[in-house]
Amino acid sequence: MIVTKNLKKSFGDHVVLNGINETIHKGEKVVVIGPSGSGKSTFLRCLNLLEVPTEGEIWFEEHNITDKKTDINILRRKMGMVFQQFNLFPHLTVRENITLAPVKLGLMTKAEANDKAMELLKRIGLVEKADAYPNQLSGGQKQRIAIIRALAMNPDVMLFDEPTSALDPEMVGEVLDLMAQLADEGMTMVVVTHEMRFAKRVATRVLFMDEGRIVEQNTPEEFFENPKNPRLQEFLSKIL
Amino acid sequence: MNWVENLYQSFYNAIVPDQRYMAYLDGLKATLLISLLAILLGIAIGVIVAVLKVTAVNYRMKWLTTVCNVYINVIRGTPLMVQLLIIYNLIFTSRDTNELVVGAVCFGINSGAYVSEIIRAGIESIDRGQMEAGRSLGLDYMQTMRMIILPQAVKNILPALGNEFITLIKETSVAGVIAVTDLTKAAQYIGSRTWDILPPLLIAAACYLVMVMGLSKLLSVFERRMSKGDRH
Repeated sequence: MIVTKNLKKSFGDHVVLNGINETIHKGEKVVVIGPSGSGKSTFLRCLNLLEVPTEGEIWFEEHNITDKKTDINILRRKMGMVFQQFNLFPHLTVRENITLAPVKLGLMTKAEANDKAMELLKRIGLVEKADAYPNQLSGGQKQRIAIIRALAMNPDVMLFDEPTSALDPEMVGEVLDLMAQLADEGMTMVVVTHEMRFAKRVATRVLFMDEGRIVEQNTPEEFFENPKNPRLQEFLSKIL
Repeated sequence: MNWVENLYQSFYNAIVPDQRYMAYLDGLKATLLISLLAILLGIAIGVIVAVLKVTAVNYRMKWLTTVCNVYINVIRGTPLMVQLLIIYNLIFTSRDTNELVVGAVCFGINSGAYVSEIIRAGIESIDRGQMEAGRSLGLDYMQTMRMIILPQAVKNILPALGNEFITLIKETSVAGVIAVTDLTKAAQYIGSRTWDILPPLLIAAACYLVMVMGLSKLLSVFERRMSKGDRH
């Protein structure tokens, strides 16, 4: 579904991604972990071209998205993204946050989008917040609404950029539960996170990044029980 | 109490004979019309220039930044009255010029330079995550700018914008130099007829004050309406 070929990204002289060749198949739940500065967020942000790679190619569903002629706006509709800082639109109600893109892009009528929004809100138990503004919500509620805002576009893949890192500890669970539900329903997911329990529970594959490369990857069992790379061993010993 | 009578007589002379109140009303109409057109034009130019400038930085188009900066620097670096005279003499060659429209266009072009810098500051005050969130949903750059960034930016800069419009209304009082009979010109005209300049000027001043207070009121209502997302 997503293929990266020799993906490189530098900011000036600083090399952040140093040649990543990776394939993410439909239905996979790929969790990316690594120390800060290892390039994992940049890797994720390259996948929907929020960061433009310096070199290499990214293919999404048979389209080369790094080709200048590709209309990235069309492809982004199929790639939902969830941010660390939620990035809800503070001047719009929850309902408007969810329905804005589908309606303005002409994918749904206002009524259809509204039904979809209410259905998604029902699913996360926040129907009564439909007409609230983001500032009236807790962090966990904001992030769950950011997730369903992305889902309202019916994406083929969901990208999560440290979705729980900005949350109070007691709110992490509700967000991870929703993500686990999505995973169980077969959504293709790429998740950058520090939540190792989530990786063990949900991932079909775990990648470890260090200094702009993927240095080890495996099934979660093997990855956590039998790490081979010394940097990974050191990393796991610090956080587990 | 002779001076009270004198005062009454002065103001009576400044308003009633020869239907002089009509002159104020016509002047007021011209001032309001110029202000309104200039504000609208100023907003239009301001938004366009601000968005162009921000876009030029994002997409590294140096020439566009230069063009915008030349406009802003020239307008802010020269006196409004000189600009007014230059533009008037540039267009007056066609004889049947509408001075009112020339004035409004000139004040609008002038205001646009200030408004654009205010709006640019507003756009830059919005977290870049907002643009990224809009783009990640498939909205294009301009859609995100229009539906997500600008509404939030305008909310943040409303007090500064209000200041600019208040200044603009008062600055229209120099429109007289291009033969527009605005409120100030009307007052001077009446003063020259009654040989008593102070009463008409005080009346004109009161009119400006009422206009500005009205605008302030309007802006504070607008501000309250826009801050609905801020409730906690």
